[in-house]
Amino acid sequence: MSYQIEDKGELKTLLNIETKKSNMTRRIILDRIARNIFLISTIFALLVLGILIYKIWVDSVGWLNFKFLTSNLSIFPHKAGIWGAIVGSFLLMAIVAPVTITLGVSTAVYLEEYAIKGKLQSLIKMNISNLAGVPSVIFGLLGLTVFARLLNLGSSILAGGLTMSLLVLPIVVVASQEAIRSVPSFLRDASYAMGATKWTTIRKVVLPVALPGILTGSILALSRAIGETAPLVVLGIPTLILRIPSSIMDNFTALPIQVYYWTLDAVLTREYANLAAATIVVLMLMLAIMNSTAIIIRNKFQKRY
Amino acid sequence: MTNKLIDKRTIFKIKDLNLWYGNDQALKGLNYDINEHDVTAIIGPSGCGKSTFIKTLNRMVELIPSVRTSGEILYNETNIFSKSFRVEELRTKVGMVFQKPNPFPKSIYENVVYGAKVHGIKNKSQLMEIAETSLRSAALWDEVKDRLNSNAYGLSGGQQQRLCIARCLAIQPEVLLMDEPTSALDPIATAKIEELIVELKKEYTIVIVTHSMQQAARISDETAFFLLGELIEAGNTKTIFTTPRDKRTEDYITGRFG
Amino acid sequence: MEKVTGVREIIKNNFNSNKGRLMEKVMPKAFLLAASISIITTIGIAFTLVFDAYKFFSKVPFKDIFSTRLAPLASTPAFGILPLINGTIIIALIAMSVAIPVGLTSAIYLSEYASENIRRTLKPIMEVLAGIPTIVYGFFAYSFVTPLLMKAIPSLEAKNALSPGIVMGIMIIPLVASLSEDAMNSVPNSLREGALALGSTKLEVALKVIVPAGFSGIIASFVLGISRAVGETMIVAIASGSSKNFTFDITKSMQTMTAYIVEFTSGDAGSGTLGYYSLYAVGLLLFIFTLLMNLLAQYISKRYREEY
Repeated sequence: MSYQIEDKGELKTLLNIETKKSNMTRRIILDRIARNIFLISTIFALLVLGILIYKIWVDSVGWLNFKFLTSNLSIFPHKAGIWGAIVGSFLLMAIVAPVTITLGVSTAVYLEEYAIKGKLQSLIKMNISNLAGVPSVIFGLLGLTVFARLLNLGSSILAGGLTMSLLVLPIVVVASQEAIRSVPSFLRDASYAMGATKWTTIRKVVLPVALPGILTGSILALSRAIGETAPLVVLGIPTLILRIPSSIMDNFTALPIQVYYWTLDAVLTREYANLAAATIVVLMLMLAIMNSTAIIIRNKFQKRY
Repeated sequence: MTNKLIDKRTIFKIKDLNLWYGNDQALKGLNYDINEHDVTAIIGPSGCGKSTFIKTLNRMVELIPSVRTSGEILYNETNIFSKSFRVEELRTKVGMVFQKPNPFPKSIYENVVYGAKVHGIKNKSQLMEIAETSLRSAALWDEVKDRLNSNAYGLSGGQQQRLCIARCLAIQPEVLLMDEPTSALDPIATAKIEELIVELKKEYTIVIVTHSMQQAARISDETAFFLLGELIEAGNTKTIFTTPRDKRTEDYITGRFG
Repeated sequence: MEKVTGVREIIKNNFNSNKGRLMEKVMPKAFLLAASISIITTIGIAFTLVFDAYKFFSKVPFKDIFSTRLAPLASTPAFGILPLINGTIIIALIAMSVAIPVGLTSAIYLSEYASENIRRTLKPIMEVLAGIPTIVYGFFAYSFVTPLLMKAIPSLEAKNALSPGIVMGIMIIPLVASLSEDAMNSVPNSLREGALALGSTKLEVALKVIVPAGFSGIIASFVLGISRAVGETMIVAIASGSSKNFTFDITKSMQTMTAYIVEFTSGDAGSGTLGYYSLYAVGLLLFIFTLLMNLLAQYISKRYREEY
């Protein structure tokens, strides 16, 4: 550069360096402060999660033992166990899983493979995304009216399972749609080019390739169902079920229901809070197992081509 | 080389074939005969409709929505568009190999026997026999015979493409359509596929779309030159490459455009 | 080159036997039937709600509905819906005043500041938080947050609006954070780089470029958050009690629309009573409100997707 400035002070005033510098420092400090505030706010969620788990664990200590898991409900807190609720939750899942996976995957296959792009398809898609946003308590009212009263199923496992299936259906549909959509079209082409029909291609190529995604979505749907409480409460699950359910037409209780009633009862008897906490630990452990299975499946089968 | 003394049987007779994608006409008034046991090369610049053309021969083109066709394609005297001719049956007789190798994410064995299983062959030993013969015909058997149960995606690109050929052969088609089968492969793998094509023509009729004029000249008996959806010139490969009748064919093969 | 004998014959016979042809015709219909279940569900919900709500509205005059007195089981029952609407709005407001600032700042941190490693650690934790059943949050609100708040606010009742509101806000943080982050991530990097190249700090980029550019997506996340808050049931059913008083005092017990439904169905309201039908009236209101909110969120986020 040929141009030179002799008087450095002149340059400084020219570019207003001093003021810019202090301004810049201020802006950088502001940025740092904001960064830390944002970080703290992100960590806040983590902190709450930690406290929540700690609190529940502390409350459950001394209550969560083999006897608690294997005994039946009782009006005496020290004798009460959740075997009935565990059986109830499992039987509930035994209905939700087949119903919701069959309906969900079929809906997804229809939307992705058969439906002609048009009004019906977008109507179903929009309907599913809106259904996903309907509060669960409303599904409870649907179950109460249609399954419990109209079809006369009462507050049986079947009524609860069907209600819950409809509630988590959108999760399975959306996950399966994504999984089916991610099956590359060249695989379908290969099958069609060998004279395979559409259904054969779906059955032998599309669904097997989409299976990991479908499974992941289904497990997440089940883990939502196993923790849902409101629809079951609305269905009118009785407070105290002393009999272990043996068929899907029986009345039942489930883990989240037990948490609900015991938490409400804790106003009167302090020990019920401990029972609720111990039940939550069992529920959360089941959720943890289900969700990590889903994550393992997702990671193991990610992108194979 | 073609033996001109023997009159060859026509396997595909294409009459006034037109095809539209929506409002765009991709094939315009094609009339063309394809002979049995010939290797017919379809050449032409990108977008000239050559891919569309061979996908019409097994009606794969219909998987694209908004496709309309008019005219006839007679396959062994039967119009492939007629209602009584099931498209699935057509495709078992007219197999297809794609541009990019597309094996299923299954084992090598499962890939080869896929078509056979789909079409009702259940006998285990027969399936194994089919797998072996098809892999041998595709010159892949020696390379994979020890790992038939490992995933097809462990194979190299060239091996995958030969697996796809084996997969086609397993249901014993009469015609093999090949849509630029070597465009995704390296020269060595390409050479192997070309050798294979020359070998396969003894048993099969082959229609191959290719970008490479050298490839067309090396392996084909007949060549058809497409431009903007029209068949400009077709005939004996040697004649086309040495004394093309049409100016546009000459321009293309001498590399003046495309 | 030999060929396996009999293959062509088997294939030909297989075609002639028409095996599988029936399936080819039946399956699409079966799938359509399955797909229509979701539509039937929506219709079913709408129908049951409207049908039974109608019975309620035909017996209770409108001016009684828009009153502040709610006493469904009293000897002279009153069905003023205002206490429930009031409780629902106040608790949702408390929830959103937690969820919006924390969720949005978390989203800015994750999208603009956090390294890839930190993101990969924090996002799953957010997902865990989102996957916890709401009944667990209810327990947490009642047995931990309420006692904690009592130390600061001695006048706080054991069942109150504040504690479930805060906990509901915490529950909604992951929703707001992840949807807002998606909106910010979809802002093209060129905008970000352009602003940084001019010497802007990350804070300035975030506040002046990214947040405005992703604004509609962020707003959509707030709307969905509100919809979730209004529809949330178990936290309020446990921690905010069942007082049907019309009050603005958040240290006192309030009832939301959802909690009213839960309280009433798990109680002894027999089918056919006016109280029973009132459930459906409340349910209908709740359904319409959340539906409108969800449609609004979809509309807003659709518009922002078209921007890029």
